[in-house]
Amino acid sequence: MSANSIIPAFPRMLEDESIYIMREVAAQFERPALLFSGGKDSITLVRLAQKAFWPGKIPFPLLHVDTGHNFPETIEFRDWLVKETGAELIVRYVQDSIDAGKVKEETGKYASRNVLQTVTLLDAIEEFKFDACIGGARRDEEKARAKERIFSVRDDFGQWDPKKQRPELFEMLNGRINIGENVRVFPISNWTELDVWTYIKEEQMAIPSIYYTHKRQVIERDGMIWPYSDFLNTSEDEIPFEEIVRFRTVGDMTCTAAVASTANEIDDIIREILAAKISERGARMDDKRSEAAMEQRKKEGYF
Amino acid sequence: MDIVRIATAGSVDDGKSTLIGRLLYETNSITADKLEAIEKASKRRGVDYTDLSLLTDGLIAEREQGITIDVAHIYFSTPTRKYIIADTPGHFEYTRNMITGASNAQVAIILIDARNGIVEQTHRHFYITQLLRIPYVVVCINKMDLVNYSEEQFNQIRAQFKELFEKANFKEQKLEFIPASSLYGDNISTRSAQMSWFNGPALLEFLEGIEWHTIENNLPARFPVQYVVRPKSEQWHDFRGFAGKLSSGTLAKGDVVVALPSQQESVIEDIYQFEQSLPVAESGDSVVITLKDEIDISRGDMLVKKAETPAPLKEISSMVCWLDHTPLKAGKTYLLQHGSNRVKAKVTNLFSSINVLDYQTIEGVEEIGLNEIGYISLKTAKPVNADSYAANKRNGSFILIDEGTNSTVGVGFIG
Repeated sequence: MSANSIIPAFPRMLEDESIYIMREVAAQFERPALLFSGGKDSITLVRLAQKAFWPGKIPFPLLHVDTGHNFPETIEFRDWLVKETGAELIVRYVQDSIDAGKVKEETGKYASRNVLQTVTLLDAIEEFKFDACIGGARRDEEKARAKERIFSVRDDFGQWDPKKQRPELFEMLNGRINIGENVRVFPISNWTELDVWTYIKEEQMAIPSIYYTHKRQVIERDGMIWPYSDFLNTSEDEIPFEEIVRFRTVGDMTCTAAVASTANEIDDIIREILAAKISERGARMDDKRSEAAMEQRKKEGYF
Repeated sequence: MDIVRIATAGSVDDGKSTLIGRLLYETNSITADKLEAIEKASKRRGVDYTDLSLLTDGLIAEREQGITIDVAHIYFSTPTRKYIIADTPGHFEYTRNMITGASNAQVAIILIDARNGIVEQTHRHFYITQLLRIPYVVVCINKMDLVNYSEEQFNQIRAQFKELFEKANFKEQKLEFIPASSLYGDNISTRSAQMSWFNGPALLEFLEGIEWHTIENNLPARFPVQYVVRPKSEQWHDFRGFAGKLSSGTLAKGDVVVALPSQQESVIEDIYQFEQSLPVAESGDSVVITLKDEIDISRGDMLVKKAETPAPLKEISSMVCWLDHTPLKAGKTYLLQHGSNRVKAKVTNLFSSINVLDYQTIEGVEEIGLNEIGYISLKTAKPVNADSYAANKRNGSFILIDEGTNSTVGVGFIG
């Protein structure tokens, strides 16, 4: 597809389905929470929750597991969104888990806190007795995700057992759980990356500025562009330079690669995706660790 | 933009994963890094072509054993349509997974290996498309390259399949036969040069050409209440809205409605889709409805039009497909979930099970085990406002939940 590609319409049936799922969560669980990372998928979830319960407020808190390695723009956006929607925000810090000796900081140049956040998340679930955590995962992202249910039951340790998934038929969702179990809920399971972007466009949603083009200090590593920051362990030959970039996906500063781009409007972003040669998860170092990296992390309680 | 939901059935040996890989590949739905990853993996495994099936075989156990364990969802789109494929395994807990994957499907693709023709599994797959009343079935006779693209072979398999269809109940189902080679891309997105004798469409061409119309809009309105919105804010002090997804029919402002089970009547005051007020809600819309009178409605209740009230059922006779390792037994009580409504239901009678190979019913069975299909009757603690599955899919189906394990153990189709 070329730069002049026609931007497809957002399939509205997806929104109806996601709003239905949001309402099922509020109705079937006592203490749900929405996992908020500041990325476009969780921003989309907040929008859907807002629509699902209007004119009421979102009836559950947003939970942010803060790795301490966030882009400052993401935190700024998060605080703005919370104010805008009147939602309740709970933040729990990976740094606290490290200080308590529950997890150990990774070392080496690929060190990231992506895996560590699972422990902080599980602790938060226990602390607040959350019985359902809503996440922005999509089935098109990755092969293990393609097999995930909308209501995904996890055991005491947050573990996913792909062989013991509950069948989901028609639109009926079964959120009944045993003591100690909890459920991860994925309302945008059936959306693709393109669907998320066309939705953001049609809904005229605000998103963090780093999704748009900007100048940034970066380094080059493994053929990709990495944001330079205090959190990134660099070797001597990795010399930072300035580049015009944007981010296609937003995770931690240590594991999210940038793309060279001058896209400063939503239409430019969508056209870039239509023409993209590399998939979204391809810009995430956390998945590249092995062929089965995502499945392994999910089994251990990652969402 | 329309969404088309497809279920695919067949085993890895029939080339199903390759077929899906081919559809993704030819609609430019595979990105460079994913293609590169499967090229690498193909080489590691010692095959000399890019094994497109590796795109969908996702889990570690599946890759080790070369089988598909669970339903995988795969997405591709053309400029006009978004397609969602529920890819179900052919041989491992096939019924459970296929029914799960196919419950929302508008089209089923059944794969047949041209060398083998119709096998036991084909009967099962076809039976499930009949049971679920899937409107379109594409019989894709694959691996035509291995039978020298023989027209005779294709005709023979087609004739055999039509015999199967003669015995089937759901005659409104539309069948389409396509000879294909997913390995070489024959008749997948473009017509094959190898099979000039075939005048029909290629697979993608067929999918793009189906005219979709929402028949659900023409059915009686069924609005299961999911959640009651009560903001209790200053601005919306007295607001009481009933949130739900209209499962069939249409509802308009001013319609006289009845709340079930209370039978209280009122008039629709407004229909909200977020801040927007709609004159009419259509089937599939997630909306919030307000009524002119204050009547008592909670989750699990249903709003219907006055002239189209379903009969409240306390005795349900139903076909069930069993999804759990512990078999269904007469006398046991389960939780029955119908839309947003959950009631206790006791299995009063277990009549028979069905042999999906020859459609014969087996009388006098003691239980219905995993992947088996049978006829039962249930007695519910409270009435269920259901239709028959044949008349209304969404409002004619339910799931059974085991109260001990909380698992979804069965699915029912009301007779």
